[in-house]
Amino acid sequence: MSLRTPLSRVLNHGAAHDGVSHWWIERITALALVPLSVWLIIALLRLPLADHASVTAWIAAGLNPVFLGLFVLLACWHSHLGIQVVVEDYVHAPALKTATLLLSSAVHLLLIAAGLYALLHIALRGAA
Amino acid sequence: MAERPLSPHLSIYRFGYTMSLSILHRITGVALSVALIAGILWLLAAAGGAQDYGRALTVLASWPLKIAFALALIAQVYHLCNGLRHLAWDAGWGFERAAAKRSALIVIAAAVVLAAICLYVAFCPAVRS
Repeated sequence: MSLRTPLSRVLNHGAAHDGVSHWWIERITALALVPLSVWLIIALLRLPLADHASVTAWIAAGLNPVFLGLFVLLACWHSHLGIQVVVEDYVHAPALKTATLLLSSAVHLLLIAAGLYALLHIALRGAA
Repeated sequence: MAERPLSPHLSIYRFGYTMSLSILHRITGVALSVALIAGILWLLAAAGGAQDYGRALTVLASWPLKIAFALALIAQVYHLCNGLRHLAWDAGWGFERAAAKRSALIVIAAAVVLAAICLYVAFCPAVRS
C-alpha cells in the first residue's frame, strides 16, 4: 500500500518534492560548460598570463566579460551540485554531512560573488 | 524492524576498466572544484591591479603551483571528454557493454592526446608568442 496521494504520484516529485531537478540542472550546466570551457582553455593558452595589461585587456574585450561571467556562474553551480553528490555518498554522520554541505554552499556562493565582482571591476574600469 | 534491502556494495562487482573511468570522473571533478577556487583568486588578483597581480604571479610561477596547474589542465581535459560520454549515456546512446567499453578507450585516447597538446602549448615557450 502506498501512502502517497494520487496527485503526488502524477507529479512524480518523490518524497523530497523537487523530483529530478538536481540531476537535470547538473546535465544542463554540463552541456553549457562544454563550449564555454573549450573557449576558455584555448583563450588562456593563447594569453600571455604573466602580463597584467594583456590579461585585463582580454578580460574586458568585447563579449568576453559576459562569457566569463557565464562560465563563473555555471562552473560554480555545476561544481556545487557535483560536490553535493560526493558529500552525500561519502559523509555519513548527519551533523558532519549537513555542516559540509552548508560549507560547500557558502564557498560556492562566495566564489560566484567574488568572480562576478572581479569581472565587473576589470570590465568597467575603462568605462568609469 | 525487518532487515531492509541494501544496494550491492562496490566490492561485489568484478573489476572492469570502465570502473576506473567512473571514479576518475569524480576525482577530477573534485580537483576541478579546487581549481575553480584558484581561478577565482586569479581573477581577483587581476582586478586588484598590476601590483597585486605581480605578487600573485610570484606564487603562481613556483614549481608546486606549475605542477598543480598542469594537473588541473589534465583533469579539465579528461572531465570534459568523459563528461561528453556521460551526456551521451543520458541521451540514451552507447549503453551496451561493448559500446561503453569502446567509448571508454576513445575517451582515454582523446584525453591523452588533447592533454598532451594543451601541456605542450602551455609549457613550451617557443609556441606561445
